Amino acid sequence: MVFPFLSVLGLLPVIGVVAMLVSKAGAARVIGLVTALVTLIYTGAVIAYSTTASVAENVTWLPMIGSSYSLNLDGMGLVMVAMTVLLVPMVLIAEWKTGLGVTGRFSSRAFVALVLLVECFSLFSFMSFDLVIFYIFFEATLIPMYFLIGGWGGAKRGKAAAKFLLFGLAGGLVMLFGVIGVAVLSSNTEEPSLGFMALNALSFNSNYVTKLIFVCFFVAFALKAPMVPGHIWLPDAAEESTPGGAALMVGVLDKLGTFGMIRVCIGIFPDESRWASPVILILALISIFYGAFAAIGSKNLMRLIAYTSISHFGFMVMGIFSLTSQSITGSIFYMVNHALATGALYLVVGYLIARRGSPDVDDFGGVAKVAPLAAGFTLVAGLASCALPGTANFVSEFMALAGTWSRHPVIAGVAVIGVVLAAIYILWTYQRMMTGPVTQATANHITGDLSWRERWALIPLVAVILVLGVWPQPVLSQIEQTTTDVYMTSASATDPVAGIEEGR
Amino acid sequence: MMPMEFTAPTLDYLLLLPFLIVLGAACLGILLEAFLPRRVRFVAQAGLSILGLLAGLVALIWRWGSAGRGGADPTAGSASGAVSGDAYWSAQDGASATLMIDGPVQVLWAILFGCALIAVVFYAERHSHGGATAFTPMAAAIPGSNREAQAAQAGLIHSEVFPLTLFSLSGMALLVAANDLLVMFVAVEILSLPLYVMSGLARHRRLASQEAALKYFLLGAAASAILLFGVALLFGYAGGFGYEKLAFALSFRTGGESLLLAGMGLVAVGLLFKIGAVPFQSWVPDVYQGAPTPVTAFMSVCTKVAAVGALLRLFYVGLGGLRWTWQPILAGIAILTIVVGAIVAINQSDVKRVLAYSSIAHAGFVLVPLVGALTIQSGLPAGQIGSVVAVEFYLVAYGLATIGCFTIISLVRAQGREVTKLSAWAGLGRRNPVIGVTMVIFLLSLAGIPLTAGFIGKFLAFAAAWRGGYQWLALVAILGSVIAVYIYVRVIQVMFFQTPADDEDRAEVVQPGMPALIVLALCLIGTLGLFFVPGPLLDVFQAAGSFLIPSGS
Repeated sequence: MVFPFLSVLGLLPVIGVVAMLVSKAGAARVIGLVTALVTLIYTGAVIAYSTTASVAENVTWLPMIGSSYSLNLDGMGLVMVAMTVLLVPMVLIAEWKTGLGVTGRFSSRAFVALVLLVECFSLFSFMSFDLVIFYIFFEATLIPMYFLIGGWGGAKRGKAAAKFLLFGLAGGLVMLFGVIGVAVLSSNTEEPSLGFMALNALSFNSNYVTKLIFVCFFVAFALKAPMVPGHIWLPDAAEESTPGGAALMVGVLDKLGTFGMIRVCIGIFPDESRWASPVILILALISIFYGAFAAIGSKNLMRLIAYTSISHFGFMVMGIFSLTSQSITGSIFYMVNHALATGALYLVVGYLIARRGSPDVDDFGGVAKVAPLAAGFTLVAGLASCALPGTANFVSEFMALAGTWSRHPVIAGVAVIGVVLAAIYILWTYQRMMTGPVTQATANHITGDLSWRERWALIPLVAVILVLGVWPQPVLSQIEQTTTDVYMTSASATDPVAGIEEGR
Repeated sequence: MMPMEFTAPTLDYLLLLPFLIVLGAACLGILLEAFLPRRVRFVAQAGLSILGLLAGLVALIWRWGSAGRGGADPTAGSASGAVSGDAYWSAQDGASATLMIDGPVQVLWAILFGCALIAVVFYAERHSHGGATAFTPMAAAIPGSNREAQAAQAGLIHSEVFPLTLFSLSGMALLVAANDLLVMFVAVEILSLPLYVMSGLARHRRLASQEAALKYFLLGAAASAILLFGVALLFGYAGGFGYEKLAFALSFRTGGESLLLAGMGLVAVGLLFKIGAVPFQSWVPDVYQGAPTPVTAFMSVCTKVAAVGALLRLFYVGLGGLRWTWQPILAGIAILTIVVGAIVAINQSDVKRVLAYSSIAHAGFVLVPLVGALTIQSGLPAGQIGSVVAVEFYLVAYGLATIGCFTIISLVRAQGREVTKLSAWAGLGRRNPVIGVTMVIFLLSLAGIPLTAGFIGKFLAFAAAWRGGYQWLALVAILGSVIAVYIYVRVIQVMFFQTPADDEDRAEVVQPGMPALIVLALCLIGTLGLFFVPGPLLDVFQAAGSFLIPSGS
């Protein structure tokens, strides 16, 4: 028995939670942060080790339906895991003061514990290599996130949390139909197995049943990575959540949707993906534009960022279902970059909202003069999220668009307009909030710039975005391995003859 | 005239032992009630019931595996058929066993005894109720009368509920083993009559409790009459009461379909009434609300287990040949039950009623794998999970979560009595996180969300329906569970994110006594444990096989 590296990685946050429960309430934050950092370092070690030997784990769990507790790190899982463990400590640092000394709400200990539980469940879902195990953790993430939204945050947080949970559970149950369907399909084979490897290798005739199963999976994932029209829970949940919670939700949890589209929809149902791609691409375009216009029109900063995310998810889905290796690679990379950029944006905007006491764009003005660092970070994170060259987001968005172009030039052409809209919503927001004369309200409320603690929550995120912007190769080479394995091999797909060379 | 010939039945007492122990403990309980001084009665009765159930379980485990196994392994089908000689036959010709104790019966007995044991421990909870039990001190007194007040003041404790429960349980044990229409009818009566009385025993809100008892009795009597009429019609069709006779007639008799269909329908109505399936559900919310909470826990779980067991055997063994006829009918009832249960639950303002409607919805969910009828006979490959195992597992998951929920309900109190108004539960989870989180786990298990046993139950149940050719039923059931999720989320929402309106109306979680803690711990461990390691239990269920169907049918 080799050492279960991945189980330990997933369980590290839980160990922190247990340690927190037995220790004094005051020590919770420190224990939580230490746990998150240890997880981060340990992940680095595991990734380094995984290049030399296999870290796969496989324990029989429910042999009757062919399900086993199976974990592995492939390229896509690896970058998602890395993204998660990087984002979580930053969220904890940024939300250092949440729940402190506030009566009638949950303690800060509960907050940290829930964040770590979210981390644990998401890590397991990114690492799972069995459909049922993936489903289980995919669903399980909802519960701590529900309490995270409902426990802290705005006035209507209870309603928003319920909306989040109901949409999530509804999507999950629809997906359960798909999971059962796949289990039934595989039970008719010689050796029933629900491992992704076996399922990828499985080929069945595409008929109305497999199409129905595919649709169930897609609906669940589209509700998760909110695509119009399944997006309506996100702006509310983000608005009522704490900035850290919103960063986790949009940055990590919603990625499970796009992650699932690649793992399950394309991996197991390549024919059905091809069949459905025209409709999905149109939906993706609608998402891009709807999100962008809604962001331009929204007054509330938290909602605004949520809408930008809907737009970005549109780009990712477009890249995924354009079904070229370049666009899928770009979309996976986009998932990472979006988490970092939007996460940073949520955190820095959160600092400003906490100072000003209001999330409305119009309540700010001239912040750049009183808090230049906050304004600067907002600008960098914002420009990254609208894919300025030099940031990692540019590389990924370009790849997604270029890949799409090689198969569907019209769709790519229309989507490019979304990039222009992105510049509008970011720059216009920046202009209204940060530039111009210092308003009275700003002067009264925003008295100090970012503290060192606040800065340290942002610096690593921004640094990674910039480094990957000029040197994306290490991450891309990891991702391409998945794209080749899952998409090119299992789905036996071919790329169209490239009209444009890769733009890295 | 020939003298009537009497053939002594062969009885395998060892196989029957668990049932006999429970019945014996019930009879002993009556004696204790008559002869023991009042002071020690409650403890003695509780102890006797718990010991009796434990002894029953031990006897069951001792004889585990010696019962016949219906086609656990089709390759060794003939071999396991030969083992079926171990099954208990009441008549020597082997053509009409009135009781059949095979693998599934033993599994269902284990579930019944296990859940009843947990429920009986819950009966014994007094600490959190201010030293009193959940039962009225004197059931015969008129509600609100002086006699009742005197009885309460004198500290009388009602302890007849223990033998009543055991009698009811012995009826349930008989019901799942009944292989004969008449025995089935008798068993239904044995299980029901004590329940009618038990429903009327609540300490507080006596009138509501008595109303529940009366309602249950009247509707139950009507259902029994319908059941009996159905039995008569089926007798007319088959010329006998035994399920084998029925199956035989199905294969060989021509004509008489109207008798058969009417009989089948009426018998099904009688049993569906017991599990609370729509449109025979109207008694459920009132009775569940009015009955003492521990009794509600007992009957919401054990009655359902027993009646579902009876339905399984009736439809798989007796009416297996009529599969194509009853499957669509039951599928319709399942959908109706799920949808009505889930939708009506949404608007309930009382936690016990919410759970009652949720239990109605679950009656529908458990019918889903039953409709699939995925058994060895219908081509299930060896080693894979079919309808019977799926139903059994579903019942276990449902039972643990339901008893857990009702236990927590009994701990939420204000001014010394249970508070079941949903609005009074506002913020409860925040004030008492441990109980709050425990309740969340039970509710999520009922909703079928991962990390709880309910998820595995739903998964297996819907998979069995799908593989049995009822994909559309699985799809509709899943859409139904999307609605049902809302019921549970609503309770969680109130418990955690609603601030209480005014302090007068606020319920608090009282410190649970040892019995309640044991119950909660068992239910919690079961609910979580059966998710993380479902394999062993499923293996046991799987090894117990399917129903024993004698050759010739």
